[in-house]
Amino acid sequence: MVALATPRTLSVTLRVWRQAGPGQPGKFVDYPAKDLSPNMSFLELLDVVNDGLTLQGGEPIAFAHDCREGICGTCSCTINGKPHGPGQGIATCQLYLRTFRDGDVIVVEPFRARAFPVVKDLVTDRTAFDRIQQAGGFITARAGSAPEANALPVPKGDADLAMDAAQCIGCGACVAACKNASAMLFVAAKVSHLGLLPQGQAERDRRVLAMVATMDSLGFGGCSNQYECSAACPKLISHDFIARLNRDYLTASLRATFQPEPAGGGGAG
Amino acid sequence: MATLDSHVPPGPLADKWRRHKADIRLVNPANKRKYEIIVVGAGLAGASAASSLADLGYKVKCFVFHDSPRRAHSIAAQGGINAAKNYQNDGDSVHRLFYDTLKGGDYRSREANVHRLAEVSVNIIDQCVAQGVPFAREYGGLLANRSFGGAQVSRTFYARGQTGQQLLLGAYSALSRTIGAGLVELHPQAEMLDLVIVDGQAKGIIVRDLVTGKISRHAADAVVLATGGYGNVFNLSTYARGSNATAIWRAYKRGACLANPCYTQIHPTCIPVSGDYQSKLTLMSESLRNDGRIWVPRKKEDRLRPPASIAEGDRDYYLERMYPSFGNLCPRDIASRAAKRVCDEGRGVGETGLGVYLDFADAVRRLGEGGVRERYGNLFDIYHEITAESAYTAPMRIFPAVHYTMGGLWVDYNLMSNIPGLFVLGEANFSDHGANRLGASALMQGLADGYFVLPYTIGGYLATQPPGSRPGADGAEFMAAEASVTAMTARLLANKGRQPVSHFHKRLGKILWELCGMARTRAGLEQALRQIPALREEFWADVLVPGSAATFNQSLEQAGRVADFLELGELLCRDALTREESCGGHFREEHQYPDGECKRDDEHFGHVAAWEYQGEGKPPLRNVEPLNYEFIKMSVRNYK
Ligand code: FES
Repeated sequence: MVALATPRTLSVTLRVWRQAGPGQPGKFVDYPAKDLSPNMSFLELLDVVNDGLTLQGGEPIAFAHDCREGICGTCSCTINGKPHGPGQGIATCQLYLRTFRDGDVIVVEPFRARAFPVVKDLVTDRTAFDRIQQAGGFITARAGSAPEANALPVPKGDADLAMDAAQCIGCGACVAACKNASAMLFVAAKVSHLGLLPQGQAERDRRVLAMVATMDSLGFGGCSNQYECSAACPKLISHDFIARLNRDYLTASLRATFQPEPAGGGGAG
Repeated sequence: MATLDSHVPPGPLADKWRRHKADIRLVNPANKRKYEIIVVGAGLAGASAASSLADLGYKVKCFVFHDSPRRAHSIAAQGGINAAKNYQNDGDSVHRLFYDTLKGGDYRSREANVHRLAEVSVNIIDQCVAQGVPFAREYGGLLANRSFGGAQVSRTFYARGQTGQQLLLGAYSALSRTIGAGLVELHPQAEMLDLVIVDGQAKGIIVRDLVTGKISRHAADAVVLATGGYGNVFNLSTYARGSNATAIWRAYKRGACLANPCYTQIHPTCIPVSGDYQSKLTLMSESLRNDGRIWVPRKKEDRLRPPASIAEGDRDYYLERMYPSFGNLCPRDIASRAAKRVCDEGRGVGETGLGVYLDFADAVRRLGEGGVRERYGNLFDIYHEITAESAYTAPMRIFPAVHYTMGGLWVDYNLMSNIPGLFVLGEANFSDHGANRLGASALMQGLADGYFVLPYTIGGYLATQPPGSRPGADGAEFMAAEASVTAMTARLLANKGRQPVSHFHKRLGKILWELCGMARTRAGLEQALRQIPALREEFWADVLVPGSAATFNQSLEQAGRVADFLELGELLCRDALTREESCGGHFREEHQYPDGECKRDDEHFGHVAAWEYQGEGKPPLRNVEPLNYEFIKMSVRNYK
């Protein structure tokens, strides 16, 4: 039962994508690593390899990480062809060496997508996600303007479903897993989270239209309903939310066509 | 010597904040856009401050070292956020939250600040709900609550085990809205490396672009630091790997006082260390203590036996035994020390002997496995990921780990440091948690500071600065600060040492954990004060930092942060040595009651110690702000 007692160690070879900078050519380089504890995390293995590289006068492998507990969404490696590697419902930082076998060759690449250019080695630029959020991923509520919290009951089912969607950590695995590099699951999660709540109704149409338009403009592909995204998602966010997004988008587009908002919207000035 | 005037407004405790808000000078709305404010950090405090200031009309520039503001480590807070809503009708009130927080902090925080925190706690919940934070709800649709350590009422709001994430995403959404509207200029992957002081006031920062390596200068009318705590000085902690003290440390070296650095929080319920490759300790939310029971075997010989085979009568539920009225819900510092004590007695469980059981067998019997999963499912999943064990069928093994720092830059009631124009929010300041923070209070403080305190108080300072008086970013002070940053980078890279940065960080962490962790002694601290400067010298002689300054270089980032930790660690020990008492998270073995509880010395140490930098190689100055309790009597904490 006590995992710590396991005496066995393992040795693996990391086959890592090395790329000096954006737009530069990259290639795979092998790094053998010996006598590793199965309780070591995959990122700790990268730490160990990097310290070794440093001492040999090489350049350490750049990789994104921060919380190392599956919540910040920074870590982002494609491992053996799968974003965040083998295992379900985990981020790269939650992957432990006990998942691998002695002698394994582990192929490590950055998340690949047109909208996520490589910064260096395994690090990509995912600011496109931020831009989608800035376009509409919010409920406007200035500090000081909020009504009493319990004045607006929210059915538990809606709140729970909103929470299911809200768990998205913004890592981009959904995009990396999709052959079209679509960001539909990411956008669907945010649109659903806010659209399921009564507070989110006022901006519901505007939100979905703006977020989808921004997503389209940033080089993400379309959704062809293969749902690789949900399978790769560290929070296992359901692709049902994509159906909800499509519905919301359609309704909002129709309303925008037949009841366009007054232009300018300058208010009482 | 720095002047430390707390600027606590006069009048009855419950009226101070209301009156103060009415008295603060206002900035004319038409003038607001003439002021530029720099906000460093975008966790709960930084993001809420940046968006709120932008909504008020100020021009805001926000700098984060992360690739996105959504990644700040507030996101990892699991358990919840306190607020004195009294929705449970169980006798909660602003006064009770205030009192619990003050008492939980072992009477080492500032009365008026804590009272204000309790007052605005109710507005925070309103604000977050309006933003769409999906808090847990009851079947009737109203907000649900749970209890947390150090309180006998149910006042904690939560979103499964991801409350920090949901609150941060709320604040991030507000920040995103203001960025999208062009009100905030966001600088991601930009690390603040120095504070610029012009005529004694904070007027800008020096920043390194972590992608290109480019150093830039930024001027502002005021600078707000919301850069989190310094717990990674211990290397192993529940902090994110990137969390660092560089912003506050460099501000300290520019004259900002650093208060109570020895007040560090060791969280009782974390997953134990498994090997020396380890980079991170993972917290198991304190909320687990609502339903989990903590125990170790009564007899040493039983410590390696399978827990299920240990009879009820052979178990020691030591918190329930020692603290019958709070039991497993006693405050963090007390629970951590109790765990250390039973492990010191040789009764710790697991291979290393550094662990205690957190057992859910009773809860599973009472609520069923489904009921337990509903409340704690994601935490049990995390535990399983890391240990490959199921906590539904066998007890978790847990051990204390560094989790939070109550100390931080000194601020007055307006959250301004002793450097005019420099404001400090959230964990980066020292003001609200005294010597120990209660669970579910960090989120509360971060958002209180950013949404409801700073937006008012910063106006009081800006109103004294004529619009347009902001200096240009190419003045002598800016150039000098940039030169010092560039020089430090060059020095790190030029060093042809033989050890990677991590080597020094690990050793520093070990010194601090052993000599300045859960229990401290004079002899141990003196030893640490010899070892740390020696280690620092070794670092500068022998560190090897690969790569160049003009590229994405994570080793260089880490080197700068560890260089700062090597200095801060020394100050931490110095503070711990000087504070000849035990209080909250600061436990000096020389100062305890026969039953092992903290023995405070209010007469000699009922004050804030705010350290002031005196230059390299010179001992820092210890300034004192007396804690004059007007309304509450400092008394012995009793959780029995
Ligand atoms: S490092 Fe934060 S999710 Fe993996």
